[in-house]
Amino acid sequence: MSKNTLYGIFDDEEVLLASVKEIRANNIEIEEVFSPFPVHGLDKALGLKETRMAIMAFIYGCLGLSLGALMIYNIMIVDWPQNIGGKPSFTFYHNMPAFVPILFECTVLFAAHLMSITYLIKCGLFPGGTSDSPDERTTDDKFLMVINVDGDTSSVKAMLTKTGATEINEKDA
Amino acid sequence: MHKESEIRDPLILGNKTYHDISKDIARPVEGKANKYWWILFSLSLVLFLWGVACMAYTIGTGIGAWGLNKTVNWAWDITNFVWWIGIGHAGTLISAVLLLFRQKWRMSINRSAEAMTIFAVAQAALFPLIHMGRPWLAYYVFPIPNQFGSLWVNFNSPLLWDVFAISTYFSVSVVFWYIGLIPDFAMIRDRMSATISPMKKQLYSFLSFGWSGKAKHWQRFEEVSLVLAGLATPLVFSVHSIVSMDFATSIVPGWHTTIFPPYFVLGALFSGFAMVETLLIIMRKVVSLESYITIKHIEYMNVIILLTGSLVGTAYITELFMSWYSGVEFEQYAFLNRATGPYWWAYAIMMTCNVLTPQLYWFKSIRTSFVATFVLSIFINIGMWFERFVIIVTSLHRDYLPSAWSMFSPTFIDIGIFLGTIGFFFTLFLLYSRTFPVIAQAELKSILKSSGSEYKNKK
Repeated sequence: MSKNTLYGIFDDEEVLLASVKEIRANNIEIEEVFSPFPVHGLDKALGLKETRMAIMAFIYGCLGLSLGALMIYNIMIVDWPQNIGGKPSFTFYHNMPAFVPILFECTVLFAAHLMSITYLIKCGLFPGGTSDSPDERTTDDKFLMVINVDGDTSSVKAMLTKTGATEINEKDA
Repeated sequence: MHKESEIRDPLILGNKTYHDISKDIARPVEGKANKYWWILFSLSLVLFLWGVACMAYTIGTGIGAWGLNKTVNWAWDITNFVWWIGIGHAGTLISAVLLLFRQKWRMSINRSAEAMTIFAVAQAALFPLIHMGRPWLAYYVFPIPNQFGSLWVNFNSPLLWDVFAISTYFSVSVVFWYIGLIPDFAMIRDRMSATISPMKKQLYSFLSFGWSGKAKHWQRFEEVSLVLAGLATPLVFSVHSIVSMDFATSIVPGWHTTIFPPYFVLGALFSGFAMVETLLIIMRKVVSLESYITIKHIEYMNVIILLTGSLVGTAYITELFMSWYSGVEFEQYAFLNRATGPYWWAYAIMMTCNVLTPQLYWFKSIRTSFVATFVLSIFINIGMWFERFVIIVTSLHRDYLPSAWSMFSPTFIDIGIFLGTIGFFFTLFLLYSRTFPVIAQAELKSILKSSGSEYKNKK
């Protein structure tokens, strides 16, 4: 049996969303959906797991806070304590209020940058990367559904047409 | 799908389809610049080059080239610095705070507002850099292990807080902006023909990081945008609070007040929105975005200006009251001198432009007029520059010791550098308006059906 890839193209995100639900209800696996903008509810309809980006951001923030505290502790308390305007310089704890702004900035700096880098790596995005969308119109106004089919494609094709696909392309693998 | 009340005004005018949005936003990138663009660009470039010459002269001869003296040792440099930083704040407010509040009208303006933020913060950063005198030693402000003995920066100092705050603010703003730009660069990449403009296609292909719009990527994209907005929101409030602490932690009468952080943040938002309006009212005409940046957007911004402007006015009056109530004669004199001393005219400009001007927005006819908004936004820009000038120069020029009292007047170098940054800012913004997708088109497409005028009329 040959493996075929079907590309169902949709014009409207509501039609697409209904189609995704219907096709999945018929136990046909959808490989991927490309869309020009985030379609609300599509991730749930496709059964995608929730993303853990926010959790990563929290961890990175904690890392930034700890590293910031470590840096300030080493510089201001351990390496070279100075008497600045009579402010306490012998313990981190007593001098803490003056360190709060920079600790906050370190937290945000780490959380924002490391989360963004994680996002780019997880999505395989990098300067000069190439798009693997089968159709260039998916960044403009078309929604594209990719379905891999073993053997006969006619039933899936009929399903796509019935649920509102405006165009169906087939690729032999 | 989002549901939206039918009585809400549409945010996208005209019968637009998704494809029309792509076309309209790619048009400035694909097309040729018109005459007005070239005129504005040449003017900005000339100003910028003049500023570069003045900066070079300052670095070559020293800070003595400015009008500073022993009494007024901070003047236009820090005024300009605070003014530019303040302008930047509106961009982050629009893209971050309005995202958290789910305000859909931000989508037509957030990209340009963020661009404004980044370009404005770049101008601001120039001033401390030049004021150092030896800008090639600027790395001394960072806590890096070094060969000068145990020479560390002082973490108790608000000036160091500023270094951290502004560098974090700048870099996080750039990242936030770029994450949003990736899908829009991809849209432009896919519109470019590989045969007609191969160079351009390669460029946008490089910039778009290989974005293809997969469902999982969009899911992550939305979460990352939300978290970045959540991080940028306290950041934007912290940055100007910290800038205000440069003054508030000193013991100069007129600076040493606890009201400074909220007062500065509000002032920043107030001036930033004025600058967004100045830019967008020009831009919507120059690159034909009348369907996307509508009078409704301008009105919403005017309401924010009315709110923040009134709060700034309240802060001015609170300051006056507190100086009287403090019972400290130096405090009292500092404010009396501001209003009636030799710089009374600067105080009068500040009061007129910042307290009276925004009150005009109570009238709907003014709030919903492009011409009135444009004129008033210029007034506010001027007023907010004078606010910083009044705070800085009038507090310094008559200090505790009357024998040290003096006046400040800028030299042509001071003026040249300031004009130079305005030129630099507009040069960057004009280049941006021709090469970047100036509206977050992917996000905008997602609200077309709930907020587009065609779809609203159908219901």
